Amino acid sequence: MRYLIFIFFIVIGFHFLPVQGVCQNFKEKLDFTLPAPQDEIHKNYLGLLNDEDFSLGQIKADIVIIEIFSMYCPICQREAANVNTLFDLIQKNESPVKIKLIGIGAGNSSFEVEFFKKKYTIEFPLFSDSDFAIHKKIGTVRTPHFFGLALQGNGKFRVFYSKSGDISDPEIFLETLLKVSKSGQ
Amino acid sequence: MNTIRITIVVIIAFFIAITGYVIAGSTAYGNKIYDPGKLKPVDSELKVKINEKAPDFTLPSISGKSVRLSSFYGKKNIMLTFIPAAWTPVCSDQWPGYNIAQELFEDTILLGISVDNIPSLFAWTREMGGLWFDVLSDFWPHGAVSSSYGILRTDGVSERAIFLIDKKGVIRFIHVEDINIRPDLGMIVKELKKIIF
Repeated sequence: MRYLIFIFFIVIGFHFLPVQGVCQNFKEKLDFTLPAPQDEIHKNYLGLLNDEDFSLGQIKADIVIIEIFSMYCPICQREAANVNTLFDLIQKNESPVKIKLIGIGAGNSSFEVEFFKKKYTIEFPLFSDSDFAIHKKIGTVRTPHFFGLALQGNGKFRVFYSKSGDISDPEIFLETLLKVSKSGQ
Repeated sequence: MNTIRITIVVIIAFFIAITGYVIAGSTAYGNKIYDPGKLKPVDSELKVKINEKAPDFTLPSISGKSVRLSSFYGKKNIMLTFIPAAWTPVCSDQWPGYNIAQELFEDTILLGISVDNIPSLFAWTREMGGLWFDVLSDFWPHGAVSSSYGILRTDGVSERAIFLIDKKGVIRFIHVEDINIRPDLGMIVKELKKIIF
């Protein structure tokens, strides 16, 4: 009985650990490249200098938020408006911390990603992962899934946030991300 | 001895905590989805061909009506979308995609078909948040329609298949997808345009 109580308190304790403790193993998994967007606005948004494939560490930002989504996922559909609001908040954010947001369509063809983008008037860059290559690499997370990366220069980054599910309140979500990003620096 | 015990307890607790993170991350259908694992991609032999008349059928739908395929002839093109089973991963992520793409199915009636029974299909589509197209049950006689099209697998579920039928009731496109994969919406839209224009 004593040990059961002990296990209970330790489990609770682990849940209050900074999220980045659990995210360390995502660092290698997020070591993939994406094709440079053809859209010049998106290319400039990401700070890419050429049309070559790029890694997440090359994005010109302090923090990169990645949404793993699917146009087939009902929650991603319902959350699209919230994620758009998140993007607006990021764009209006006056803090010196530069944040960029991208989406990766797990198992979605270019057609499907483009359709999703138009359907929900999404302004941030979306990428197709039609053969689930990235999705498999990051551990077949449920959609939508959000990663928070703190870029450290020289293409290096630290994963400080990783969570599946809706963001519910974009303002609180952004606040939480910024708060968590500061831990473990 | 105590140190060993404490170490074991801490390790167990850590893994329970980590598992908690993963489970808490489930979305859409929560943990209600049954994963059958990787299946044989195709396990049946087609009995129909392109340019042949589509076998007619009448099936009960989740709306409570009976739907006869030939009732749409002369009015709309028809897309039959067969899925293997409700409450499974790929199927649960297929129709919700069509649900937001109604504008792409111009002049076309979509009919979802599964060998599941009506109550199961009713509950499953409700969990998706509802669908704009009708869903028919090929439950009894079990898989009879799937069998007439040649897409009933040996384990009693249908293939993941798409049939495009024109207004004259002629099959214009057949696609039997690997059961483990979703058919690309882009391919469907491209084939639909060939019928419409």
